Amino acid sequence: MSGRQVAQGRLVTPFYSRQRELDTVNRWHEWKGYTVADEFYCSELEYFAIRNATAVFDLTPMTKYRISGPDAPAYVDRLVTRDMTRVPVGRVAYAVWCNDSGQVIDDGTIFRLGELDYRLCSQERHLDWLLTSAAGFDVDVAHETADVAALAIQGPTSYATLDRMGLSAVGHLKPFNLMEVDFAGTSIVISRTGFTGDLGYEVWLPPQVAERFWDELFAAGRLTGIRAIGTDALELARIEAGYLMADIDFLPADTAIRPGRTRSPLELGMEWLVDFGKPMFNGRRALADELRKGSRWRLVRLDIEGNKPAKDAYIFAKPKGGEQIGFVTSAAWSPVCKQNVALGTVNARYGAVGDSLWVDIYYQRELHWTRKMARATVVDGPFWDPPRRRATPPGPY
Amino acid sequence: MTERFDAVIVGAGHNGLAAAATLAKAGQRVVVLEAAAQVGGASVTREFAEGYVVSAGAQWLYQLQPAVKKALGIDPPLAAGRLDTLVLAEGGGEPVRYSAARAEGVGEADRRAYAVWAKRMRRFSRLLWRWLNRVPPRPGGESRDSRRLLRMAVGTRLLGKRDMREFLRLIGANVYDDVHECFASEALRAGLCLDAVLGSHAGPRSPNTVMTSLYRRGGDADPLALPAGGMGAVANAMLKAARDTGADVRTGSRVGRIVVANGRVTGVELAGGDTIASYTVLSNADPKRTVFDLVGARNFEAGFVRRAANIRAAGNAAKLHLALDGLPDVPGLDTGDLGQRLLIAPSPDAVERAFNPAKYGEFSAEPVMDVSIPSVHDETLAPEGSHVLSAIVQYAPYALNGGWSNAAKERFLETCLVTLERYLPGLRARIVEGELLTPVDLEREFGMTGGHWHHAELAPDQFLFTRPAVGAERYGTPLDGLWLCGAGAHPGGGVTGAAGYNAARSIIDRDAGR
Repeated sequence: MSGRQVAQGRLVTPFYSRQRELDTVNRWHEWKGYTVADEFYCSELEYFAIRNATAVFDLTPMTKYRISGPDAPAYVDRLVTRDMTRVPVGRVAYAVWCNDSGQVIDDGTIFRLGELDYRLCSQERHLDWLLTSAAGFDVDVAHETADVAALAIQGPTSYATLDRMGLSAVGHLKPFNLMEVDFAGTSIVISRTGFTGDLGYEVWLPPQVAERFWDELFAAGRLTGIRAIGTDALELARIEAGYLMADIDFLPADTAIRPGRTRSPLELGMEWLVDFGKPMFNGRRALADELRKGSRWRLVRLDIEGNKPAKDAYIFAKPKGGEQIGFVTSAAWSPVCKQNVALGTVNARYGAVGDSLWVDIYYQRELHWTRKMARATVVDGPFWDPPRRRATPPGPY
Repeated sequence: MTERFDAVIVGAGHNGLAAAATLAKAGQRVVVLEAAAQVGGASVTREFAEGYVVSAGAQWLYQLQPAVKKALGIDPPLAAGRLDTLVLAEGGGEPVRYSAARAEGVGEADRRAYAVWAKRMRRFSRLLWRWLNRVPPRPGGESRDSRRLLRMAVGTRLLGKRDMREFLRLIGANVYDDVHECFASEALRAGLCLDAVLGSHAGPRSPNTVMTSLYRRGGDADPLALPAGGMGAVANAMLKAARDTGADVRTGSRVGRIVVANGRVTGVELAGGDTIASYTVLSNADPKRTVFDLVGARNFEAGFVRRAANIRAAGNAAKLHLALDGLPDVPGLDTGDLGQRLLIAPSPDAVERAFNPAKYGEFSAEPVMDVSIPSVHDETLAPEGSHVLSAIVQYAPYALNGGWSNAAKERFLETCLVTLERYLPGLRARIVEGELLTPVDLEREFGMTGGHWHHAELAPDQFLFTRPAVGAERYGTPLDGLWLCGAGAHPGGGVTGAAGYNAARSIIDRDAGR
C-alpha cells in the first residue's frame, strides 16, 4: 500500500462545523463536490430571514477563479460580452460568456480586485474554457474555489448585523462595489452583491478565519434576526429576484449535446450585457448575425393567475387549441410578492412585455391529478425589487 | 504614404503565386510579399554545395493540376517526364519497377493485378480530385452547399455500384491491407506503401492511407516528372504568370504581422515597420503560423483558437541532399535507371517498422527513402560529370527526443548513408558534400510549422470540409479579411496549385456576390 491517501466522498466547507451545530433536520445534498444544506430547520422560515432579517448562506462551493497578469484586462474583455474596460477597480460586474457560436456557457460575477487582478465567480466550472481563452494573453488563471471561503449575508438587517460586528465601513458600498477590510489580522473582501434581489453582502475570506468570522457574525446578529439558510430558501428568493440559474433556466453551451438546446444572451434577455462596440469578444460574430436574422427564443418572466406554481408547465399562445410555444423553467409562489411567478422560455415571436400567454398547470389533490390552463402575463424586470436593495447607506432596520 | 492593394498575399510559395495570378487576372491589384530572396517557398531550387543545386523542398512533379495550369497558362519545362518508380533491391540487382499503368520485374499475376489496380486507383483519384479541385461545401450550410454535397454523392454513385462500394470501402482503409489483397511481390507492395505515407505521420497500417495514396496520385495530373532546372522552375512559371497579369511580387520583403483593427484585417506590417493596407490578406503561411504568429490568437474567438492549436502539423520527413563526383556503379542498374524514382522500401513491414520509433520521438534505425538523382536528366544542376542526389527520408520526427542537436543530426545522417550504401553500393565513395534537413531545419528554411510539407497532417479530420480546422475550411477564416491559401488549406500539400487557385476563386466569387 502506498502511504498516500486520496480523499474520498464529499468535501466540507470551512463553515461546516458551525452549520452542523445549527442543523436540526439533517437534509444535505451535494453541490460541486461539497456537502451543503437544503435547509437547517425549515426552508420557509429561512426564506423569511432573507426578506425580513439577516440570512447567512454558505457559498464556498461557488466556482471561483483568479485571473491576473499584464493582459488580464484584455483577456477578461475578450472573454465576456460586456465592455469590461469600463469596470474600475473596486467594482463587480455581472457578465455572461459565450462560445464562438454566441451560445451562453455561463453567467457570473467578475470582481476587479486590482488593476491586473480579477476574480470570476460562476455556478459551473470553466477552467478548460478559461485556459483555452488564455492563448495569446500573458495571463494567469488559477482555480481558487477551495482557497476562498465565502458567505452571503442577505436581508434588510444585513447591514445592521455587519455594523454591529464592527464592519460599519461597508455602509458606503453601493450595489456592485467591493472593498477590502481587515478582519482578525487578515484582509478580507466584502462586496455588495447577492443572489436574493435584496439588500445584502458577500464576504470572501481565507478559510483559516472562516469559523471565527461566522462566530462573530452570529454573535452580532442575535438582535437582528440572523439565521443560517439552505439552498431551498435561496432558490425561492432568486426566482423572485428574476435571476437565472445555469442548468435550470439555460443549458451551459459546453455541456449541450443536442443542437438548438443552448441559448444566446439575446435569447436570455441579456442584450444589455452584449456590447457590439467591442471589436472582438467570444461569440461576437454569431451574435451580430443573430441580431440581423432574429433570435429563436425569448426568456419571459411570468405573473400567473391562481396560486398553483406552474412547475415544468408548457406555455401556450392561446388557452385552447393553440400551439405550444415554450415551457416554464423555474416557478414558485412568491410569499413576499403574493404572486404566482415563473421564468420560462418561449418562441421569440411571442412573449412581449404585457402579452398574455397561457400555462398548463398540473397539480395533485389527494392523489388525483388536476389540470388548469392559467393566464400568464409577461412582466418586465424582477418580481421583487425593493428600494432598500439600492439605498446607500442602507436604512437602519 | 501607405500603399493600398485589393489583396495582399503573404508568402510567394507556389500557392501564393497561383492565387496572385488568379486574382490579378480577375482585375485585382495584388501584391505578394516574400521574406526569402527568391520565390517558391518549398517549391524551390537552390545551391547546397558549391556548384550543386537541388530542389530543396518538393523533388518530383506529379500533382500540378491541369485546371491550374490552364487557368494560369503555364506549362513548366520538364527535364524528364513519365518516369518509372524503381523499388531497389538490397546490394543492387534487378529492381521492381512500376509506372502509372504498368509494373515490371514481378510475376505475371502481379503484372495483371497491377494493371487493374492502377486503373481503379486512377479512377478513384480522379473522383477524389474532382472534389479537391472545388471549394469544399459546408455540411448544413446554405442550399448551394447542399447541392454541392449532392453532386459529390452523385459523382460517387456514377462510378457504378461495384466501384462505388469499393471506393467507399477503401477510402478509410489502410494501404497495407489493400496491397496485400492485390499483390504477391513484397517489393511492389512496399513501394506502394511508401507512396501512401510519404510526408505523413503514418505508417502503411495507419487508417486512411488509401486516401493519402489517392491524394498523391493527383487525379488528372501528368505523370511523374522532373522540372527542368528543379522545382524552382514551377515557381518561376507561376511568378511569370503572376507578373504578366499585373501582380506585384516582392522578394526580401518579410511580413512582420497581419494588422487587425476593429475586428477585421486592415493590412500587413512589414518587418521593417512599413505598412501595406488591404482589406483582403491571403496567407500562404501555414494555419498555425498565420493564427498564432502573424495575426495573434487574441484576434480570434477562443473556440477557433483551440481548433487552430489542435491542428496536427508535426513533420516526419527529412530531406537529404548529396553532391556526388559521379554516379555509383550499381549492379543491375544502368544510368537510365538511376534517373528514375528510386525507392528504398524492403517490405511493407519494414516501412511500418521504420514508422514505429517515430511514434515515440525517435528516428528510424532503418529509414525508408524516396531518392532522386535529377542530374541524370538535367546537367544544369551539377558541374560536368558530377551529380546531385536528393532524398526524402522517413521517419524523422519533428519533436525528436532530446531535440535535433548536431550530434543527433550526425547520427541520423550516418544512418541514412549506411542505408543508402546498402541499396546503392559505391555511393558513399562518390559523396563530395552533403546536407541533411530535419523537420526542424525545414521549418526554419520554409517557415512551415513542424516542418510538415502538408502544413497540416492529411487525415480525415483535417480534410475536405474540416481542413485545416472548422471555421477556416473554405479559405476564409472567422477573422474578416483573412484568408488561407497555402498547403494547410483545402485540398492540402504537394505542388498542386489547387489551394492558391481555389482560394483566389473563393475571393472572386465573394466579390461577385456569388
